[in-house]
Amino acid sequence: MKPDRKSLIRLGLGAVGLGLLFGVWEAVVRLGWVPAGLLPAPSSLGPAWLDEVRNGAWQTAIRDSLTHYLLGLVIGTVLGALVGLLCGAVGALDALLAGVVRVLRPIPGLAWVPFAILWFGLNTAGATFVIAISVFWINFYAAYGAVQSIDPDLYEVAAAFGHGGFAGRLMKVVLPASAPGLLAGLRTGLGQAWMSVVAAELFGVPGIGARMMQASSLLATDLVVVYMLTMALLYALTDMLFMVVRRRLLGWQG
Amino acid sequence: MDMAMPETGTRSDSSTDNTMVRLSDIGLSHDRGRSFVLRGVDLDIDKGQFVALLGPSGVGKSTLLRVIMGLTPPSEGTVTLTAPESPLGRSTALVFQDAKLMPWRTVRQNVELGLEGIGLSRADRHARALASLELVGLADRADRWPRQLSGGQRQRVGVARALTVEPDLLLMDEPFGALDAITRSGLQDELLRIWAQTHKTVLFVTHDIDEALILADRIIVLSGHPASVRGDFMVGPRPRDRSSPALQALVERLKALIAGEPDPGERPAYWQASEI
Repeated sequence: MKPDRKSLIRLGLGAVGLGLLFGVWEAVVRLGWVPAGLLPAPSSLGPAWLDEVRNGAWQTAIRDSLTHYLLGLVIGTVLGALVGLLCGAVGALDALLAGVVRVLRPIPGLAWVPFAILWFGLNTAGATFVIAISVFWINFYAAYGAVQSIDPDLYEVAAAFGHGGFAGRLMKVVLPASAPGLLAGLRTGLGQAWMSVVAAELFGVPGIGARMMQASSLLATDLVVVYMLTMALLYALTDMLFMVVRRRLLGWQG
Repeated sequence: MDMAMPETGTRSDSSTDNTMVRLSDIGLSHDRGRSFVLRGVDLDIDKGQFVALLGPSGVGKSTLLRVIMGLTPPSEGTVTLTAPESPLGRSTALVFQDAKLMPWRTVRQNVELGLEGIGLSRADRHARALASLELVGLADRADRWPRQLSGGQRQRVGVARALTVEPDLLLMDEPFGALDAITRSGLQDELLRIWAQTHKTVLFVTHDIDEALILADRIIVLSGHPASVRGDFMVGPRPRDRSSPALQALVERLKALIAGEPDPGERPAYWQASEI
């Protein structure tokens, strides 16, 4: 696939926008409009980042956070999509869980932090738990909505061609038909999980969030920004990876 | 499925040897017998016949197809299908209104739907699907997505999907209803060609008298509330001259029956006219 003129222009404009952001930012600090203590200049980020890399803190933080991120993402996504699919496909289960969902849904992942600490402690399991919960609901609703919006005639088509049982409906209709919805949920979850990573680590589980907290208590704003950008970069990478997978899975949507 | 299954081999009555499907006193109610959609439907269809099931929209023609297929169990009566002659073990296949292809499957994968899960090898499924696509003239579109096809092409894929399971009885639910006149006419010709080539028994639902006259050997009128068979006509050899007095008389009879007018003949509510 060759990028056409239009998408090249879009890409170029995006780069210009980023350049403007950093340019204005640098200028604002250099011209003294904002005190350097409140906002680090972009040019000061490079040295700060190099220091972090040299003492190994950057790599360790990324490794820890990626572990929390991936574990929470996988557990939350798989469970959320599975329960959402089942609730969408099985009316009785949907009715049974409707009340439970109403009660649990509005509780944000962060509110579970006290229990995460009590049940799991300030460790990988605790952080994973908090991330998984916030990812769970996104995928639950995405899967549920995807199943509900399947053209009911397609079940009849499947039944007419010998796939009328539960397994047949699931494999020939529910899973492929809800794949776009499931992937949309997964993508939202990819972003949400990074936000939850910071939240889950702010309480002391080692990782990017914890490192940011330490830096900010030392007023090392340049380090805080380094980790902000690190997170943005990691998110961009996961999202790009996702788009590659999505294109392969959903070629039929064009 | 409480449908009576294969009976051919065991049946001693020689007069039924040529019967593909027999409906006896079929009734269907969606509210446990308070009201009926279909009631007292009796119908025999012979092997190799092209039968049009004609009736006003919403009368229950599509529902009757689903009863025959076993997708909807009847509330009363029995459906008797002859044992499948097809090596794939399926005696019926349905062509849906608006094709109803699965958008996430390529054309070929759609056609393979009925071949999956019955122990055929991948290569065998491929070959069979391509042969069906060849029959409807779409072999060169095998790897396209449904969204890349025209409405007429999608419907041809729907026909190929049904033919691939080698059904003895091909059920068609107003398959050309949503198409423009030219496409529709082309597909009607093509269907007759395929029918002549494959010798399938066809039960074709339509609310269009002209379509029934172009396609069918036999026209069955389903009408009334609850619906039952109100007319049963054999139509002469093709091609048919619409301007002939006999055919025009038939059209008038069909219109009256569809509109629900009582039959004036000596056999009330049932009109038999062989050879027009």
